[in-house]
Amino acid sequence: MQILLNGERFVTDASNLDELCAALGFAEAKVATALNGSFVAASARPATTLAEADEVEIVAPRQGG
Amino acid sequence: MFELCGTQFTSRLLLGTAQYASPDVLRRAVEASGAEIVTVSLRRESARVRTGQGFWALIEQLGRRVLPNTAGCHTAKEAIATAQMARELFGTNWIKLEVIANDDTLQPDLFGLVEAAAVLSAEGFEVLPYTTEDLSAAERLIAAGCTVLMPWASPIGSARGLANKTALRSLRAYFPDTPLIIDAGIGAPSHAAEAMEMGYDAVLLNTAIAKAGDPVKMAQGFAKAIEAGRLAFEAGLVEPRDMASPSTPVAGTPFFKIDHAS
Repeated sequence: MQILLNGERFVTDASNLDELCAALGFAEAKVATALNGSFVAASARPATTLAEADEVEIVAPRQGG
Repeated sequence: MFELCGTQFTSRLLLGTAQYASPDVLRRAVEASGAEIVTVSLRRESARVRTGQGFWALIEQLGRRVLPNTAGCHTAKEAIATAQMARELFGTNWIKLEVIANDDTLQPDLFGLVEAAAVLSAEGFEVLPYTTEDLSAAERLIAAGCTVLMPWASPIGSARGLANKTALRSLRAYFPDTPLIIDAGIGAPSHAAEAMEMGYDAVLLNTAIAKAGDPVKMAQGFAKAIEAGRLAFEAGLVEPRDMASPSTPVAGTPFFKIDHAS
């Protein structure tokens, strides 16, 4: 399945957002997620299934003004 | 003391964490500034580089309250989702809400700002909106649930200081009991002092310290200027006048002759 991960095409066999985060090594990381423009809480990732062409954002803390 | 969203602070300087030459300079500048609140953002995390994980460790070491922003968002929808991600990521319901209208001026989209502020306030956020000096937008933001307003001084990163002093004075006079924080456009400690002399409650800045020749020394300069400006406001400034008025007593001036006074 091909999705858009952080704005770039990405092929994955993860069936849900939690599996995708784990596959990327983010299982214990300080990250937050969104699917198709809407926030997905960490607790909701296992129940958030992924589909072809989904747009996933995975973000982390960064410098800001 | 200065109260913001129910919390007391001693420092009236809120400091951004971006654009420093190194993490060590950032850490020393924050310490020198005395800031108790630092702004942060969130950005896409690469599985390979994992930049955010190291930055989070640095922020935790600073031991300051973090104020996440929604910088770069151009719509209310983007800003709302970003604020929701920030709340989970940083463990705070405080959000510096930015909805940007234009990339050249980085001026706030006041319509999107009010829309996002209403949604986020209803979801339990403490919304600190990056706004302009516009009075009607300020009223709408307060009606939307904001308890603090953060008008710009001039465009972000421009270092031009208080571009519209008359309007900023009006805003202060119009909202005497609402915490008002000057956010963006401050270039020099004198700009910050001037805002504080006007009665603004605090100043939020980043570039003027981060990009200074010596950020640590500039952080000290801003801390002193903001304290000086606040003291001046509390003390009450004298009214400016057009003609001179002697400060030294006139009575008893040697060689004084009465006909000189006519």
